[in-house]
Amino acid sequence: MGNITNREPYQQAYYPPAPTGFTRFMRTCLLWQLYRFVVINLKMLKLITKSHH
Amino acid sequence: MSRVVILGAGISGHTVARYLNKWIGRQHEIVVVSPNAKWNWIPSNIWVGVGQMAEKDVTFDLAELYGKTHVDFRQAKAVSIHPEGNTGSAQPFVTVEYTNPAKAGVQENISYDFLVNATGPKLNFGATEGLGPEHGHTVSVCTASHAQEANHKLQASIDAMRRGELQTIVIGTGHGMCTCQGAAFEYIYNVDHTLREAGVRDKARLIWISNEYELGDFGMGGVHIKRGGYITNGKTFAESLMVERGIEWITRAHVKKVEAGKIHYETMDGTFHELAFDFSMLIPPFAGVGLKAFNKTGEDITSQMFAPNGFMKVDADYTQRPYLEWSARDWPKTYQTPSFRNIFAVGIAFAPPHLISKPMQSANGTPINPTAPRTGMPSAAMAKAVAMSIRDMLNGADKPTHTASMAEMGAACVASTGSHIFKGTAATMTVFPVVPDYEKYPEFGRDIDLTFGEIGLAGHWMKYLLHHAFIYQAKLRPGWSLIPD
Repeated sequence: MGNITNREPYQQAYYPPAPTGFTRFMRTCLLWQLYRFVVINLKMLKLITKSHH
Repeated sequence: MSRVVILGAGISGHTVARYLNKWIGRQHEIVVVSPNAKWNWIPSNIWVGVGQMAEKDVTFDLAELYGKTHVDFRQAKAVSIHPEGNTGSAQPFVTVEYTNPAKAGVQENISYDFLVNATGPKLNFGATEGLGPEHGHTVSVCTASHAQEANHKLQASIDAMRRGELQTIVIGTGHGMCTCQGAAFEYIYNVDHTLREAGVRDKARLIWISNEYELGDFGMGGVHIKRGGYITNGKTFAESLMVERGIEWITRAHVKKVEAGKIHYETMDGTFHELAFDFSMLIPPFAGVGLKAFNKTGEDITSQMFAPNGFMKVDADYTQRPYLEWSARDWPKTYQTPSFRNIFAVGIAFAPPHLISKPMQSANGTPINPTAPRTGMPSAAMAKAVAMSIRDMLNGADKPTHTASMAEMGAACVASTGSHIFKGTAATMTVFPVVPDYEKYPEFGRDIDLTFGEIGLAGHWMKYLLHHAFIYQAKLRPGWSLIPD
């Protein structure tokens, strides 16, 4: 097979958003994730509180 | 002294049992009937299915735990309910058949004052020819032992890739009317992660197959979340996750038949397709466990108490209506059966009034739509509400005192990969409420502040925390009741 000079257009993976390097970094950045952990916990607690009647 | 009989010791049945044991265990009798000897934290079966955990890490012995409480545990399966008793006595009872080796096959009638049906689902592998680990060609992660077997086959597939062979791995739903897409969704990311850790990801074609109309439907009609300055659909979120990991997807698919190495499926446009595979985990459809019901004279009243799919009718509005006339008010609140004030059904055992996702059919008339999920957080919330109602009714209340409608409660789904505290990542998704309420939230049917999706290490810690917290809680360790359900 020779060198690929073009790609098949509009395939399944063409449309969805792909994360940038910065987004991927923030997903594993300990300080940011510690903050998000607190935020997610608070949101979950609010969700649980609103779920019980 | 009254007797409360609980059928099933899964997440919902065990939740009812532990709260009733705490509140009324000294004054009343509590009997738990379950065919399984072990309790299983089902969400972590995913980690068993990729070899990150062993079966013993997600299960514990029920008889041993209940032996330390006021709960009388019988390892047996429920066969029939007799809510009016029989010609000899007006006392209602259930007939059970023991499954523990010492008394296997022995039947017994257990009378009750209150009955909670928390039997969960029958894993209906038989609905699709060739599906499932026992008589078919696919694996499952629905039980801890199934997940263990799935891991053995996955490792064999990884070994083949290490030898240089290319493998096709197909994960998703094994029928057009399956629920529990979330479990398969989590499993595919864990398999992807495991293949990367093993250094063989480039040898695998990873394919998601599902009965969802679009990715991210999860049987809840999808979700809308705030992201990047837009309110976007969960479809975008789910597709992005797949693209990032090089996973292909097939949606709107009903798996008709599985042969060794080949999946036959039909899509919404009415066309038929074949997909070759080397390893496949497909979730089976769920059905009721097949409980029968009889009146005082022994006449079969199963169709009065149960929906045709085997799930128990409760205080929902089961009137058949077009999709556009569905309402959040159709969903049950107290889980009390309409005919018998002392019978309740929780978790998967109750019959939903209708789907949450829009019903769809292929051009050939085959239904292809996810059914309503009612596992995890919702099953625990409804179980606690029923336990509180029974406690209060035993103390004189004439009707259930607590409600837990799926149209008024939220749910969280954390799809985590790997179990290492710094290396894992997770997609955390929450919805509030589970069943959209367009009267309360006209635009999207849900509270957009409590309905969110996010990817990162924080979600992985949540999943890790939930694993340990809920097993701690289920084992009734000190302070268990302080942990929110």
